[in-house]
Amino acid sequence: MFEGNGAELVIRLLERQGVKRIPGIPGGANLPLYDALGASRSIRHILARHEQGAGFMAQGMARTTGQPAVFFATSGPGATNTLTAIADAKLDSVPIICITGQVPSQLIGTDAFQEVDIYGMSLPVTKHNFLVRSVAELAHVIPEAFRIASPGRPGPVLIDIPKDVQTARIRLSELPEPAQPDPVEAPDVLALSQAAQMICAAKRPILLLGGGVASSGASSVARKLAEAASLPVTMSLLGLGALPDAHPLNLGMLGMHGTRAANILLEECDLLLVAGARLDDRATGRLERFCSEAKLIHIDIDQSELDKLKLAHLAITADVGAALAGLLPLVQAEAGQIGGQCEGRGPWLARVAQCKAENPSQFPGLDNPLTPYGLVRCTGELLASSEFSSEGEGAIVVTDVGQHQMRAAQAYPDLKPRAWLTSGGLGTMGFGLPAAIGAALANPARRVVCFSGDGSLQMNIQELATAAETGANVTVVLADNGGLGLVQQQQDLFYGRRIFASDYRVRIDFVKIAEGFGVRALDLNLSRAPLSDLERALKREGPCLVRVPVAAEDNVYPIVPPGAANIDMIGGEPARDMIGGEVCAAKGGN
Amino acid sequence: MTGSANDKITPKGFMALRLTVNNHPGVMSHVCGLFARRAFNVEGILVTPQQGGDTSRIWLVVNADARLGQMIRQVRKLYDVLEVLAFEADESSLERMDECMAGWEQAGPCAEIGA
Ligand SMILES: Cc1ncc(C[n+]2csc(CCOP(=O)(O)OP(=O)(O)O)c2C)c(N)n1
Ligand SMILES: [Mg+2]
Repeated sequence: MFEGNGAELVIRLLERQGVKRIPGIPGGANLPLYDALGASRSIRHILARHEQGAGFMAQGMARTTGQPAVFFATSGPGATNTLTAIADAKLDSVPIICITGQVPSQLIGTDAFQEVDIYGMSLPVTKHNFLVRSVAELAHVIPEAFRIASPGRPGPVLIDIPKDVQTARIRLSELPEPAQPDPVEAPDVLALSQAAQMICAAKRPILLLGGGVASSGASSVARKLAEAASLPVTMSLLGLGALPDAHPLNLGMLGMHGTRAANILLEECDLLLVAGARLDDRATGRLERFCSEAKLIHIDIDQSELDKLKLAHLAITADVGAALAGLLPLVQAEAGQIGGQCEGRGPWLARVAQCKAENPSQFPGLDNPLTPYGLVRCTGELLASSEFSSEGEGAIVVTDVGQHQMRAAQAYPDLKPRAWLTSGGLGTMGFGLPAAIGAALANPARRVVCFSGDGSLQMNIQELATAAETGANVTVVLADNGGLGLVQQQQDLFYGRRIFASDYRVRIDFVKIAEGFGVRALDLNLSRAPLSDLERALKREGPCLVRVPVAAEDNVYPIVPPGAANIDMIGGEPARDMIGGEVCAAKGGN
Repeated sequence: MTGSANDKITPKGFMALRLTVNNHPGVMSHVCGLFARRAFNVEGILVTPQQGGDTSRIWLVVNADARLGQMIRQVRKLYDVLEVLAFEADESSLERMDECMAGWEQAGPCAEIGA
């Protein structure tokens, strides 16, 4: 039995779904919801400082746990402020549920105070959205939102609830059962055996893993398949972490700032097996010249991703985890010897090893935390060693958007699925800090490190207050180059070195700013023992900011010029005399 | 979709898509918005209520270009779309759609609706 108003019903249904935390900001149109939330004993509210921040906090929770996360905003400006975080979740397939207050039903369509058509505005950026028209609908819509957000290809859902629906009384003899994800259909057996044959018949195959592998928990089966079929593996930005860096089959990331080896070898492959990746242009470069000689097997849970950009020779609509698990025994049988190699892979594996040796990644200054790559690598090594890892689960790595993001992707040692949070599809500056706070609150036993840039940090810097208030275990490692580094890099390389509108003339004292918000901070440049100060900052309870000055002129290499083929990437070559010598400088070494 | 091998093919005639959808005020936005943001023009459209008004049938007449398969997959993903079927069609259906309204049209426009 339930008796109460619509707002109380919403909160009760959220409790029954197991929701524990809701970031958000109150306002006139969602005050009934807040009144009901205030009375909840199992849901904690996190008062964000901007609704975009609240949305990214929800993303931090959802990306690390895989469970849908809910956030609240009021009507009008509160609602419009959520849109960037929702669009970001759409492009990276993250299950978040945004619940907005709306003006009372009778006022909808009258340009009432703080009325905007958030239903219409969120249409293109949600997996689905609802405008709730009666209190009775809530009992269906709330569980349904959970059923929509996570199964299949996850995505954001928006529920717009007019104020009168929140305050209307309702009596239900029974509350609806919390939604369970629908079972996904098993992959087509025939298609899988065809895939197994193609894999084993190929001379030069490559396996490309995307974000879908991380989100369906398929990393370990992907690795087993790669090993069983001797498949060299490359990963998209969101797919990183499926294989240890030092694994001989690991080629690293492909695409715009990928490894030279991955981009070169993709050009040579005769079969590309894509699992849970959507062949975004940052990954493929100029499409006509991407793996132009190769056959394509494409596995994705979203049928509309198949044949969207590149026609597949074999398209399999399936959960990647299920598909790869189904493929594994078939490939093993096909190879004739369980756990053995597909025949004739020797020359290809030799070529892969040679190409990797000839193209070690070039990360200068790795062991100095005061360099752009060193701050990433040293942080990673400190977090991997010592007490941090003894608790079982390692650190969660979050980034903002820019050069620092690409360097984290390239040089952070051994990223892990669901512990690597970055805005891939939308590339949203300002993602980092709030996503890190959300991740820290949903995973209180784990340390969260957020690599940020001075431009990105300023886009949601107000959330330092939320970090201080919640005591979230977030260390922001700020690569401060006094400007929009990645923009400067494009201007430097592709716009005749005309650096315009991308350097800040006012230098901000981020240490003071952080302290002003109640967050401890240090400038690593002023430290006498940078490494041990960094370690202390990473160990400290609660939020902390570490500023590291870096030079904006330091570009990230390699880089594929926008619109060019991956193979035409520039930079990142080893100095001639280093070839074969310092292979260990590659990711995973040193 | 630009740059894909797909869009180089020129339109060859029309197709009619028959969508069965849940009938509520937002459905048309979901369907039309999808076509608009993928820059896919809808040439003709006809909506009729079904089964006492719980569902509607939307007929869309579209160019049969190479992206249509992808469009149909996208339409199928819409939560309120229950079924999508594609039929071969031609211009004549567009003219006939207009004819349906001819009787009302002949009576002349109505002045008294407060508009
Ligand atoms: C919201 C938003 N606005 C603009 C951009 C375009 N953009 C991409 S990277 C970048 C510069 C990022 O600067 P910073 O965070 O300082 O990182 P850096 O490249 O300097 O490491 C800009 C402006 C973006 N990605 N997101
Ligand atoms: Mg910067």
